[in-house]
Amino acid sequence: MTTFPLDKLSLRTQVRMKVNGEPHVLLVKPWQTLLEALREELGLTGTKEGCGNGNCGCCTILMNGKTVNSCLVLAPEADGAEILTVEGLAQNGRLDPLQKAFIQYGALQCGFCTPGFLLSAKYLLQENPNPTEHQVRLAIAGNLCRCTGYDKIVRAILAVARGEVQ
Amino acid sequence: MTTTTPFRYIGKPIPKADALERVTGTARFGADLKLPGMLHGKVLRSPHPHAYIRRIDASRALALEGVKAVVTAQDLPPLEDARAAFGGELMIDLDHLRRLTIAHEKALFEGHAVAAVAATSPEIAEAALELIQVDYEVLPVVENALDAMKPDAPLLHPNLYTRTLGEKPSKPSNIATIVEVGFGDLEKAWAAADVVVEQSFETQMVHQGYLEPQACVAWVDADGRIHVWTTTQGTFNAQRMLSALLKVPLHMLNVIPAEVGGAFGGKIYVILEPLAILLSRKAGRPVKMVMDRAEVFRATGPASPAYITVKAGAKRDGTLTGLYAKIVMDAGAFPGAPVQGATWCIFAPYKAPAMKVEAYDVVTNKPRVQAYRAPGATAAAFASESTLDMLAERLGLDPLEFRLRNAAQEGDQNVTGQTYGRIGVKAILEAIRKHPHWNTPLQGKNRGRGLAMGAWMGAILTSSSQVVVNVDGTVQIVTGQVDITGTRTSMLQMVADMLQLPLDHISIRVGDTNCTPYTDLSAGSRTTFTQSAALARACQSVIAQMKAQAADALSKPDRRLTPEDIEYADGKFWVKSDPEQVLPWRQVAGLTRTRGTGPIVGTGTVTRLQPANEFSAQLCDVEVDPETGKVKILRFTAFQDAGRVINPIQVEGQMQGGAVQGIGWGLFEYYAWDKGKLRNPTLLDYREPTALDLPMIDTCIVEVPAPDGPLGVRGVGEPPIVPGPAALANAIYRAVGVRLTKLPMTPETVFWAIQEKKQAEHLQAVAGDGA
Amino acid sequence: MRPFEYVAPKRLREAYAILAQADGRTVRPLAGGTDLIDQLRVGRKRADLVMDVKHIPELMRLEWGPRKGLYIGAGVPCYRVYKDPVVAQHYPAIRDGAMLVGSWQIQHRASLGGNICNAAPSADTVPPLLVYEAIAHIGGPRGEREVPLERFFTGPGQTVLAPDEILLGVRVPPPPPRSSSHYLRFIPREEMDIAVAGVASLVALDSRGVVARARIALSAVAPTPVRARDAEAVLEGQRPTPALLVEAGEKAVLATNPITDVRGSIAYRKELVKVLTRRTLSKALADLGITLE
Repeated sequence: MTTFPLDKLSLRTQVRMKVNGEPHVLLVKPWQTLLEALREELGLTGTKEGCGNGNCGCCTILMNGKTVNSCLVLAPEADGAEILTVEGLAQNGRLDPLQKAFIQYGALQCGFCTPGFLLSAKYLLQENPNPTEHQVRLAIAGNLCRCTGYDKIVRAILAVARGEVQ
Repeated sequence: MTTTTPFRYIGKPIPKADALERVTGTARFGADLKLPGMLHGKVLRSPHPHAYIRRIDASRALALEGVKAVVTAQDLPPLEDARAAFGGELMIDLDHLRRLTIAHEKALFEGHAVAAVAATSPEIAEAALELIQVDYEVLPVVENALDAMKPDAPLLHPNLYTRTLGEKPSKPSNIATIVEVGFGDLEKAWAAADVVVEQSFETQMVHQGYLEPQACVAWVDADGRIHVWTTTQGTFNAQRMLSALLKVPLHMLNVIPAEVGGAFGGKIYVILEPLAILLSRKAGRPVKMVMDRAEVFRATGPASPAYITVKAGAKRDGTLTGLYAKIVMDAGAFPGAPVQGATWCIFAPYKAPAMKVEAYDVVTNKPRVQAYRAPGATAAAFASESTLDMLAERLGLDPLEFRLRNAAQEGDQNVTGQTYGRIGVKAILEAIRKHPHWNTPLQGKNRGRGLAMGAWMGAILTSSSQVVVNVDGTVQIVTGQVDITGTRTSMLQMVADMLQLPLDHISIRVGDTNCTPYTDLSAGSRTTFTQSAALARACQSVIAQMKAQAADALSKPDRRLTPEDIEYADGKFWVKSDPEQVLPWRQVAGLTRTRGTGPIVGTGTVTRLQPANEFSAQLCDVEVDPETGKVKILRFTAFQDAGRVINPIQVEGQMQGGAVQGIGWGLFEYYAWDKGKLRNPTLLDYREPTALDLPMIDTCIVEVPAPDGPLGVRGVGEPPIVPGPAALANAIYRAVGVRLTKLPMTPETVFWAIQEKKQAEHLQAVAGDGA
Repeated sequence: MRPFEYVAPKRLREAYAILAQADGRTVRPLAGGTDLIDQLRVGRKRADLVMDVKHIPELMRLEWGPRKGLYIGAGVPCYRVYKDPVVAQHYPAIRDGAMLVGSWQIQHRASLGGNICNAAPSADTVPPLLVYEAIAHIGGPRGEREVPLERFFTGPGQTVLAPDEILLGVRVPPPPPRSSSHYLRFIPREEMDIAVAGVASLVALDSRGVVARARIALSAVAPTPVRARDAEAVLEGQRPTPALLVEAGEKAVLATNPITDVRGSIAYRKELVKVLTRRTLSKALADLGITLE
């Protein structure tokens, strides 16, 4: 016998949020995560699911100015929130210095974790414009990268902090 | 191709060609595709590591609104040629591939696919899985390779007989293969040695740990044509596997590469694809399947655990007299552990008059292993490089000088019998000797420095690409070569220099199997190496065709020119005997449109190259907290022979990333089993290193050109993972005096080793007092 | 994920009404969600209704008064706790614990209340609260009550909360004079792990430099977070010496009742308790100007 709550399958709830500066009104499933809503409902597939339980950081976004794992936020919780995803980092066709630095320093290989790292780094520099190497490592400790060994990611973030990439 | 002008792009830190789409979130990975009418597929997996499947009843699932198809092993077409083999790196025969794809009469590991469902939403598919009834008859579990080899062990496969050089066995066994290679007389070697060390080692099952879970979309259209978008290391490899599994000819089966979010050998076999195709065919709609992380751990192909015993003998002056290893590797549920890689690599950096390896490929109730970056080599090097360090210590010799004394070079023999061409072992060791890391004394309590080497034979297989000249003179590289490590960029750099054109005149596209020529998978550090040769041929052909066009255009009524009369350099064609007669590249390219000679397409293919053997070494400084056993890495330098560097950022990136995977393997990562059930299928308890666990990873590249290929390129992807665990073990030994012989060297393992040593010292002291 | 309903009451009354009308359905309070959403996803917990408590002002309070002490609303995320200068000044161990819960991404969501209600033996924020003898403030349609946090936990994942009750917050009494505290946990990596063992220690000295009060609490070494009273007794009334700290570590082990699991063995956890007890005590004493290591 299944205990699957089939009766709830058609439930939907309305969510208003501003994503990358644009207002959106969505009908989401109450159990849908913010990650799924961004990817499935808004087509913002730059935010990735690597583990689904907050251990890899691939789904990191900024929610009301703070980094969160969007796989651990229910879409209805984001009602009224301001969201920034990797798609919103470049402004008016100009790349964010972090994006430029990641390219220039080779801070990405497969690129699957990159959106999450960019947003964690964005948050760090917003909070602490002059981080030490250790502070950079602490800030990105919730983001796993399996390709780079982190070396070039740390260098890229420090280069932006030093104003070497603008 | 030999180029007389210095390279403009080769050897330069050119940013990744595909970086922009990755930093803006527009690169399309496996799970990012959405098609109209798309269904969502999910897999029902066996909760038992070993069980007969008596009956599957899916009727209630099919009755659920929104469920469009259910498939089981019954839906695969019948097997014809069981012996057809696939894989690229670790081979598997068709019968086993079918049973791995979906359990037939038996589930052989926890997570083995038993049935699959397609439904209009992921939730409905999930609900449907709960409605499928499976009657299992649970069987005893074969947990590890040593148990599997016991004569009374339960058998996984009733028709698996050990393959050996000897006579065919009369009884089936869990030992799939026994390989023996070597040369020289080991008895003499031990007799001639002043010191002989023998030690056993054990490594655990680990995962490649790529962050992108397996994902695909399959669509069987109204004509029966199959379209599969998937995250794979080899589209043609996937196409061939699918064709054999589903009995569909290749032209009806198009495999379209998605961007690959990390693979490291783990995305070679088809896994979700055949199920998605079967579901799509039944449902008549596209089907998307995405694994969750627990499925990635349980049901993809991790790396083989190993039991390795090494025996090594040397004379007092440090000259090795003999090397022996017995390697037992656990393949998981079906044969195919990387015993070949382990065997080739285990003693590869060294020469000795006698060497022998015995290797066993054994099946157990675990997920079937796949390749993981230098498959087999990391476990092998952990054993051999630890043993050699022990030997050097017993001899009172410096570990670097000891290795240098025995370093293999051109003309020496690998244990497999291969005679080396030009190799970089000595160059690497000499680079270490000069390196500031080696020359800076390490001070402080509980600190130690470890050195180890690594090797990889370098895969070859078949590679091809096309170079197409557009009518405006720009150039496209058209290839089926999946880019997992930045090869689009290195291929662009090579073609730009080979054609002597600006880099921004050239683009590259990795195409699907229906519109690109056959090329083998991207694995085994073969891509840049073999493509350097394939592209050289393609570019030679392009230049020859362009010269013919130029000769035609520059001909005068009184003098017909032939291509031999034309010279080419830096985007200009001219008449050898009359350099004033010049045509720029762009103009020659434009001629092809109107002259009816057709577009200029150069196709380059290589199948046979002399192997470009790859070597690496790593040096690391650690500090051990003796009260907790925790190991902190203070400094880490990776050394490698890259043959010729095409792109230093990418070579460094491979070295750093590989080194950190080696560190994870050495210190943290392992599959924790409880009677065949995995206890840590999360990235919380399967511990990949975080940025905080690491120092900067310094790199030192040496370039000893490979004996074959136009540029001297060697593959660089595999060797950097190999030395790490051994280098760490050697460093820990020097820090706190304990020799770890089991991976991973977790804080708890290190802690108890230190306690044991203390206790032994205490007992000795007590005994000393008594006397 | 299995379907459920979602509701976000804006007042405590509304929340109580929802709990009162549950009618056999499982209502799960949601604060940061960093444990709950994962547990729902993997099916370790089920919910008919998820009640987001982050819009209830009472649960989002973080207040301090020199006499009343600290009140941490159950929905207050970790980052607000550890970035608060008052917490850092008066309750260093509470700051330590909040800083160790997951990554920054997690800390921006996860609350101390959630960490408490999840009732994991390894909860990093709990031992620091125990050494300050914090009190759980509980509410529901049947009224409010207070329970010493030490008695809040009844087993792994189990608490004294009735199905119609929620945790409103924790009251933390003012710190004793001339005191400091620290929390350390041991994990194999530097981040993203669950404690193999954790120890919070609080020391207060009298004017003669004698330990006036010692409080030690442990995580991940028993079915619930526990106080190590034997270790506390060893310290109180004594002048701290290196040997005394070692003895306290040995005695702390008496309070443990660990299991062997994928994160560590019984014996190793006990060894870690010794080390961490000594180290947290040393750190706290160092804050008070006494250097022993």
